[in-house]
Amino acid sequence: MERLLKPTFWKVVGTVIFVLGLYTIYLRFTGGLAAVTNLNDHFPWGLWIGFDILCGVGMAAGGFTLCAIVYIFNIKKFKPIIRPTILTAFLGYLLVILALLIDLGRPWAIWHAIIMWNPRSVMFEVAWCVMLYTTVLFLEFSPVILERFKVEKLLKIIRGITIPLVILGILLSTLHQSSLGALYLIVPSKMHPLWYSTNLPWFFYLSAIGVGCAMIIFESYLSAKAFKKNLEFDLVSDVGRWIVVVMSAYLTWRFMDLLLNDKLNLLFVNSIETYLFWLEIIIGAIIPIILLAQPRIRLNRVGLFVSACFVIGGFLLNRLNVSVTSLQASSGVSYFPSVYEIIITLFLVTLGVTIFNLAVQYLPVYEKTKETIPIEFEVISDDELKTEPATK
Amino acid sequence: MKRKAFLIDITECVGCGACYEACKEQNNLPQTSDDPLRDSLSDKTYTIVEQRGDFFVRRMCQHCEDPTCVSVCPVGAFTKTEVGAVLYDESKCLGCRYCMQACPFQIPRYEWGSVKPRVQKCIMCYDRVKNGELPACAEACPTGATLFGDRDEMIEIAKQRLAENPEKYYQHIYGLEEVGGTSVLYISPVPFEELGFNTKLLKTALPNFTHEALAKIPTLVTVGGVLLTGFYWLTNRKNEIAREKFEEKKKQNLRGEE
Repeated sequence: MERLLKPTFWKVVGTVIFVLGLYTIYLRFTGGLAAVTNLNDHFPWGLWIGFDILCGVGMAAGGFTLCAIVYIFNIKKFKPIIRPTILTAFLGYLLVILALLIDLGRPWAIWHAIIMWNPRSVMFEVAWCVMLYTTVLFLEFSPVILERFKVEKLLKIIRGITIPLVILGILLSTLHQSSLGALYLIVPSKMHPLWYSTNLPWFFYLSAIGVGCAMIIFESYLSAKAFKKNLEFDLVSDVGRWIVVVMSAYLTWRFMDLLLNDKLNLLFVNSIETYLFWLEIIIGAIIPIILLAQPRIRLNRVGLFVSACFVIGGFLLNRLNVSVTSLQASSGVSYFPSVYEIIITLFLVTLGVTIFNLAVQYLPVYEKTKETIPIEFEVISDDELKTEPATK
Repeated sequence: MKRKAFLIDITECVGCGACYEACKEQNNLPQTSDDPLRDSLSDKTYTIVEQRGDFFVRRMCQHCEDPTCVSVCPVGAFTKTEVGAVLYDESKCLGCRYCMQACPFQIPRYEWGSVKPRVQKCIMCYDRVKNGELPACAEACPTGATLFGDRDEMIEIAKQRLAENPEKYYQHIYGLEEVGGTSVLYISPVPFEELGFNTKLLKTALPNFTHEALAKIPTLVTVGGVLLTGFYWLTNRKNEIAREKFEEKKKQNLRGEE
């Protein structure tokens, strides 16, 4: 406890952001959105939708990506990082919901989506996916809490349904990672043609898998540093190789899409959109592909981490480009987030990091992972089969 | 009741602002400007008159035939009525503003300064129209620039005017096919882009784009579910076989040592 209260630089910064965030929330709920945001009738969605929702959901994609790797493809060596990754995803979704409560004009009506159905709406689907997937993530994470408080009966039940839960989680993620892109299918005449595409849902999905892998690397690196946990970092370098595959497919598809729709000429127009498009592509796809294709960099801790940061940076830029840049020209106004909008975004990030740290301190997120994961058998590689028994 | 529509003939409009005043009065909207030509659409102004060169253009909700706002609203706060009016129900609304983001005509306005904000726009004076009356703006129009009636009839009148006076009118009825058709039709003496209209709109109703994506969901879930279960079964089986082999070899080795 004493250690928790000891002031450090980051704790001071965090506290300041926290106080400013609460003050902003107070202003927002007493003066409406106009009191704190630069949003207006011509630009109704800004940083909060672009970053807090689109990027927030995307960065939680590590959760379903790693679940697929470990449980479906049975690559068990990643088990040690599955709990922190699921925790991050779960917190990510809780923060997305919190962000929604701040951004929605009538947040007290958020539950309406449960009983007032409009299945024609992509937003309706997103709402249901967020509700269901947050529940799934909670259940996936619940063994950690149940273990801590030794609720054996429930623990048994949850373990019994791990695989169906994982499959449900992957399906829900697939649906709404892509749906976030599908939200923009309805604005073909408003969106800049460099970003508008009927393949937008697929681009969102593929890039979410890419950033999911990058987040696994990012989190492993930071966890290993911050909590002095002895994570086998080498195993994560494999994830780097998958990024090369996923992001290459993404890159090829995006350029094919431009080619097939006769949009290649737009790549050389002198406009802010063109520059931001190239920046997004270079940072998020080209640089990390080049870096991670080289084993020298992939097998180097810092090299791998930096490459993952590029993927994440490019991903964030992509989502902000889709939600802000691409709509700027047709809106007829120029939008830049207000100080308050930025404070809320920082507030959410700070809140996430703080809760993660607390959870790691008080719950068995890293400890005892080996015994507690319900699948009994380790993967036995061919090498092991050949060598290990013979050595005896 | 048949589907209704406005026909706005820009050649007839003199910019008097009678429609603007009548709308304010009918909908109990506060005064926002002394000059209707200088006002803009807002949560307190459902229609405006814009001066574009020598011409005057009324702007208001287009009441699309297949409205994007109706389609995108997650809780169904928007409805397209039988007469064609697109209505908004604040008791359902979450305030997500997807309707504003999605509207191809950039019409819905929001009460940004309110802690209980609503989306506001022209509602075609639905209560009047339902009872067989004209919308306030159409009734107030002194020149007949704003006509109102059955949509089929309005289309006929528009076509007739274009055919009878080809030198007077630019040969296009705006709203007939844009985004699948709207309940507000315009005819104009000059090309519509000169009057600030969005002429790059597609002829397909925009909800079709999202419907295509949404229609794939059942297949995606079924195929995805089967594939994932299949993969799980396969990789799990492979592991079990590997383990059995391992155990067997271990036994053999032990026996060999003995």
